[in-house]
Amino acid sequence: MSALEPGTELAPLCVTPEREVTARYAAASGDFNPIHLDDEFARSVGLPGRILHGLYTMALLARAQTEAAGGPEHLRRIAVQFRGIAVPEQEIVISSVVRERDGNRVVIAATATQQGRAVIRAAIVELDGIDA
Amino acid sequence: MALDTQALGRAFEPHTYAVGREQIREYALAVGETNPIHIDSDAARAAGHPDLVAPPMFAVVYCCAAIEQALRDPAVGIDFAMLVHGGQEFEWGPLVFAGDEITTQVTVADIHERVGMGFYAFASRSHNQRGEQVCSGTWTQIVRPRT
Repeated sequence: MSALEPGTELAPLCVTPEREVTARYAAASGDFNPIHLDDEFARSVGLPGRILHGLYTMALLARAQTEAAGGPEHLRRIAVQFRGIAVPEQEIVISSVVRERDGNRVVIAATATQQGRAVIRAAIVELDGIDA
Repeated sequence: MALDTQALGRAFEPHTYAVGREQIREYALAVGETNPIHIDSDAARAAGHPDLVAPPMFAVVYCCAAIEQALRDPAVGIDFAMLVHGGQEFEWGPLVFAGDEITTQVTVADIHERVGMGFYAFASRSHNQRGEQVCSGTWTQIVRPRT
């Protein structure tokens, strides 16, 4: 693990979700909104086709942090705002930069983008128990 | 749009979720977790945990029924077809493991109108069977007006 010091950019997490991922995430999470499962329904409400669950993209953002921190026990807090839709079969990039460090506590600013468009902007992540 | 704010402060019935191994595994695989403590019970025990470890964002699973109850409450009056998930915040305490029982209570933290849209914030508090707070959440939903 690289040192989590202010200004450090974490290696980006890049994921291209398969087409079936929305069905798997729906089953795992209990969110069966048809905008995530049914292309025709999604188009009828003005979307390009089925879209990813926002909380799925947030889970990718959380995974990028727990992998960098060395485990889920280090994750104290995440706050995100959903800024755009994301679709399956196109790459999502999670980018993270360390903003603050106070002893073993670290604050990270993160984003999720797809084709250069923000899906999650200005996420704030707090980690603790990070060794120097 | 005249927004109905009568549900502000309302507290809903707590809901208890029994965390199962297969549910953790299914969730972990759906979001691409690679850490074996989320997938393999032996690996989780070898790492010093009592059983499979729920990824932090598994909070959406054990909160699901409690949040759905609040979102769909007629007194809250959300127009579901026009609903957009605006923001989400979680703060975590101790880890959650397979075999835990997590009780979640949801309250209506905020209802306000801005630029013609309704903003609804729900607060969740989740405790394990030992009374430890494992997660608190703020769920911000935006309801667009029908045109």
